[in-house]
Amino acid sequence: MDSLIIFAVLIGVGYFVGKSQEQKHFASLRLRESQTHQLALTNMGRLQPLPDAAGAQMVVGSVVIASDYFKTFTAGILSLFGGRLTVYESLLERGRREAILRMKEEALSWGATRIINIRLETADLASQGSNGLVSVEVIAYGTALK
Amino acid sequence: MLTTLEGVPGHTITDHLGLVQGSTVRAKHLGRDIAAGLKNLVGGELKGYTELLQEARQEATDRMVQQAIQMGANAVINVRYSTSSLTAGAAELFAYGTAVKVQ
Repeated sequence: MDSLIIFAVLIGVGYFVGKSQEQKHFASLRLRESQTHQLALTNMGRLQPLPDAAGAQMVVGSVVIASDYFKTFTAGILSLFGGRLTVYESLLERGRREAILRMKEEALSWGATRIINIRLETADLASQGSNGLVSVEVIAYGTALK
Repeated sequence: MLTTLEGVPGHTITDHLGLVQGSTVRAKHLGRDIAAGLKNLVGGELKGYTELLQEARQEATDRMVQQAIQMGANAVINVRYSTSSLTAGAAELFAYGTAVKVQ
């Protein structure tokens, strides 16, 4: 009985705190994306002739993002039935947008006008999880031009 | 100079010196791991790990650059990063590219 109560509390905390943090994060992502809107991004460039630019520099953005208790539990249940794991979709979306934004912010502080040949990579950290930690690292990198 | 392109804009490549690489394997810090375990309850960004991996990536990049300088290069082009988690507690950060001389 005790363990059931602890479980319910963990799920509740995970759900409410996790959800409010996620909404806050999405709000901040939207704001910062509109602030960095002027920077053009493309993942082309490698097979094109080299662009004319006064300067080029490599820029990187990375983030490690973790799932909450509620998401982990729900994903466990959902994966019995297959289909979309919507709880993880939003997690990865947050991570990817955050990584891209950090790359953009680094480029802007250097004075870039665009970033080309962007590559995105996702690495699962500790899939076997010490203490069942579900976390992924997302990196975005590219060449900033001015 | 580092780029993810086949060259450096505004410069011409005079010499290709070959593949350079740098890597580092980092284990998680115990204190950070405990904090991350708590964070796992409510989710969100794991700032400690983000910093850890950024430092490690910087080190891998520095090693690659060091190797390129030894070869007499002044730029590394077509740089790629990759991360792999070796065991539950450690991750390898790897950077590689082509060392070139540009003018």
